Amino acid sequence: MKSPLRTEMVRLGELHSWISTCSFSPQGLLGAVQRAWNSYCAKYIHVKQGGPAGISMLLAGYCLLSYGWNYQHFKRHRWRKYH
Amino acid sequence: RALCPLVPSAPAALRALPPPVAVGVLHTTRPLHTTQQSLAPVPPLPEKGGEVRHGLIPEEFFQFLYPKTGVTGPYMLGTGLLLYFLSKEIYVVNHETAAAACILGVIIYGIKKFGADVAAFADKLNEEKLASARAMKSESIETLQKAIEEEKKEQWRAEGRSYLFDAKRNNIAMLLEANYRERLLMVYTEVKKRLDYQVAMQNLKRQKEQDHMIQWVEKSVIQSITPQQQKESIAKCILDLKALSKSAHAAV
Repeated sequence: MKSPLRTEMVRLGELHSWISTCSFSPQGLLGAVQRAWNSYCAKYIHVKQGGPAGISMLLAGYCLLSYGWNYQHFKRHRWRKYH
Repeated sequence: RALCPLVPSAPAALRALPPPVAVGVLHTTRPLHTTQQSLAPVPPLPEKGGEVRHGLIPEEFFQFLYPKTGVTGPYMLGTGLLLYFLSKEIYVVNHETAAAACILGVIIYGIKKFGADVAAFADKLNEEKLASARAMKSESIETLQKAIEEEKKEQWRAEGRSYLFDAKRNNIAMLLEANYRERLLMVYTEVKKRLDYQVAMQNLKRQKEQDHMIQWVEKSVIQSITPQQQKESIAKCILDLKALSKSAHAAV
């Protein structure tokens, strides 16, 4: 499951070899998503004294995602034509 | 492996077990209690979460950039990115920006003002739950210890059964002795009654014989007193009385 120590600690030079060991099947991707979500929960939410950080990061990510999805709509409301 | 059960914060040991297959309601095919490592008690939750700066950016990002850019690196990166997005209008300023700014302001004000109180309240709730669980545990431990002490006391009491039996044996011996003496006394009184009866009979007989003889002697004596003898005795008595009266007069 975890090839080097942790998925996040892969060095930049080893990115190619690490990507080749990843499984990109739907099950593999689902497992990766699940692991990521579990590690996020374990780190920021399932603690005795969590702060606003846990939910605020999720909300910020949601804001960014929704802005990204609606970017074409926002592009039409620019103030200047040439930047 | 990918189909492991969706338990969010389970330790690695739980995920390493083979997945259960439900037969009806009971999960019977997963072997229970076969591993050395016991899964209870569950390890406690970590005290504090991951460090996050300004509530949004995890500390790891700052640490990641620190060796190359020092302390101000991430802030310069953030400012530069922000200015780039604004100037190139990749981020467009519209009415939603104003709304977002107001909402963010209110949220930050609320968190800064009431954050500590809410955190203390939640901690208090947690503490109460833990305290009640701990109280239950200590209570059951206390009752079990009391039961152990009571059991030891009962065992100690059971050691004294020899004394109990001795006392009972003494009681029985005393009862037997008392009974024996009662019967002895009864025998004695009965025998004495019979002997007393015999003695009384003999006394009665002798007394009756004596009385009868006395009566017979008196009767015969009275019969034998002739009238002449009676006169003589009366005259003698009168002479005696006169003599007595003379002596009495003389004395007075």
